[in-house]
Amino acid sequence: MTSDNRKLTNLSRRTLIQGGLSVAGGVILPAGLFPVHAAGQTAIGTWPEGSKGDTVNIGAAVPRTGAYAVQGEDELKGWQLAVEHINTNHELMKKLAPKINNGVNGKKVNLLAADSAAKPNQAVQEQQTFINQNKIILMTGSTSSAVAVALNKFAQREKVLYVAAISGSNDTTGKDCVRYGFRQNFYGETAANAIGPQLVKAYGKNRKAAFMTPDYTYGHTVTKSVNDYLTEKGGWTQVTNQVSPLGTQDFSQYLTNIANSGAEFIINVNWGRDAVLSVQQAKQFGLTPAMKMVIPYQIPFLAKEAGPELMEGVFAATDYWWTLEDKYPLAKMFNEAFVKKFGYRPEWGAENAYVSFAHWARMVTEAGSFYPPDVIKQYEKGETIPSLLGDVRYRPEDHQCIRPVVIVRGKAVKDMKNKEDFWEVLEVLPGEPLMQKPDAFGCKLGDYT
Amino acid sequence: MVNWANFISQCFNGLVLGALLALISSGLTIIYGTLGVLNLAHGAMFMLGGYAGWVAYTYSGSFLVAVAAGSLFVMLVGIVVERLIIRHFYTRPHEDQLLVTFGLSIVFVEAVRFFFGSLSKMVPPPGPLVGITPLGFMMYPTYRLALLGIVAVALLALYFVLYRTRIGMIVRAGIEDSVMVDSLGIDVYKIFMLVFGIGAMAAGFAGIVNAPVVSIAPDVGEAILVQTFVVVVIGGVGSFPGAILGGLIAGQIISITSMFNPGYAYIMLFVAMTLVLVLRPYGLLGAAGRE
Repeated sequence: MTSDNRKLTNLSRRTLIQGGLSVAGGVILPAGLFPVHAAGQTAIGTWPEGSKGDTVNIGAAVPRTGAYAVQGEDELKGWQLAVEHINTNHELMKKLAPKINNGVNGKKVNLLAADSAAKPNQAVQEQQTFINQNKIILMTGSTSSAVAVALNKFAQREKVLYVAAISGSNDTTGKDCVRYGFRQNFYGETAANAIGPQLVKAYGKNRKAAFMTPDYTYGHTVTKSVNDYLTEKGGWTQVTNQVSPLGTQDFSQYLTNIANSGAEFIINVNWGRDAVLSVQQAKQFGLTPAMKMVIPYQIPFLAKEAGPELMEGVFAATDYWWTLEDKYPLAKMFNEAFVKKFGYRPEWGAENAYVSFAHWARMVTEAGSFYPPDVIKQYEKGETIPSLLGDVRYRPEDHQCIRPVVIVRGKAVKDMKNKEDFWEVLEVLPGEPLMQKPDAFGCKLGDYT
Repeated sequence: MVNWANFISQCFNGLVLGALLALISSGLTIIYGTLGVLNLAHGAMFMLGGYAGWVAYTYSGSFLVAVAAGSLFVMLVGIVVERLIIRHFYTRPHEDQLLVTFGLSIVFVEAVRFFFGSLSKMVPPPGPLVGITPLGFMMYPTYRLALLGIVAVALLALYFVLYRTRIGMIVRAGIEDSVMVDSLGIDVYKIFMLVFGIGAMAAGFAGIVNAPVVSIAPDVGEAILVQTFVVVVIGGVGSFPGAILGGLIAGQIISITSMFNPGYAYIMLFVAMTLVLVLRPYGLLGAAGRE
């Protein structure tokens, strides 16, 4: 205190003017306030601190408890496999990101994971801790679009890149899109435009549908997209929309309302354990199979948990199904590597996790930099790049990957060739015609720095 | 969709849900009433009952064996936990009791997740109770109808133990004033152990009989615990009849509100709880002065 006081009293007029000029200069030329790095780049987010050592960290906030725990575990396995493949120059990863070299840009990749329980505030807190303590250079995790939207905004604020894990809401790359966020997987609008024609073709026009909707951004946007398609193109009527909170266990009240609604179809947008329970209980109440069930946004492990009997004949839209390995060589490589490491065939949570990391590794190595704006601009070149289901590319306007949507239908038990052969692939639809215009959902990406 | 058929159907849903909540809450309320311990592991015990029953069902193929195994296993867990841990907390502050039971619930849930994974497990209802029963005004799952009877029998058995046996008399006396019971020369700690065991068993029994309705997963007890606390507050802490009344009221509030707008079901439940707390702070059938 004494010394501070002395310094203050000893401030000469000359020093004061010098200091004032420096500050003024700094305001006029902000770069002057910060250390300048290669190519005139200033420190941003965790850059360059996060990539100074021989390892770079990635933070995953993934649900390992709660209604989405099963899908979260699958995602985590996808990331673990991707990181292992990046660090060991695996043949498959080399095809997706050719410039990896036992790591990215000379650094090994390390994955950190924390349980988000699919809660946005928990996920943000965990990523904040990863940023503070581990200087992560990439964030991932969601399995709830509420988390994806929250992490999108957090990524933009912290200037740390974020690749969404499973997130079906239109908002993630729509009105809540950000410069620092990217999404690989399919979403409400593409799911609706993919499954809609199938439903109208299979069941005809002017039908009555009851919707079951989880009460958050994913549920509301998927229901809206599917309902819009069926209403406009098929003349279908939404006779009721049963909105339930995430984590509902007893669906009797909702199903009773549907039983009294005159519906012919149940369009079940519920996800994770909510989907398993609502599908099982719809059967208990005798609603199915008299009413046909439709799953517009497929849930990994649904058929395994609810039982194939309840999935027979059910139409669903999805990101990936393992039997596509017959047509896509990279899918076959992925399945084999996954089965070897984890002992079961991967579902689409793992596929999306793996591919989103592979694409990030590709962008980082192609850019030859960890500087976030460089990596973002690499994505925004919109170059055609490989995925497990053929070539894809990221739209520069909203950072959504243009990728195929897979339409599947539940197999009868007698037709299953093995205990994981739950779905028959009906179609693999190219992504672009299914997508809205980039600005249709109000996407404004924000700044690079 | 507001019509008589839907109204009666929702009342039925409320009755089934309420009966189940009553059963779980009765275990929680007698533990709190007697021991003064708010057991945050009660939801985890509900879950353990489901898993113990599922394991027994997997090996035996018998629903009755599953119910017996689920109930007895959780009773045993309750007794062991009381002897090893809870009894050291009777004289400690409530915050410590909350923390230790919360910690136990995490241990139970994560242990189950470790051994069985997160994938749901289904225990099918016994053969004759599979399917749907037409009730004229609606079709209703047969097992859910049977569940009403099963829970009613369990509550009657609990009533018999509490109100028609010497042990029950001591337990009820303990709820009113455990210090006085102790000073009469009764080994109140042995009774505490028994009460904890019976309370846990009620949760375990509910866990396994509910398994054919809601397939089990490690988190299955989490949501039910919150509802159970609401029921206990509405009914009156420490009151067995209060738990039953509270359960039935909570079931009806959730179901009937759902008929109009399911989004408000839980809001209405908490509104009801708030009203009870304002107008009758010790609950509908609770007694003033009970801790």
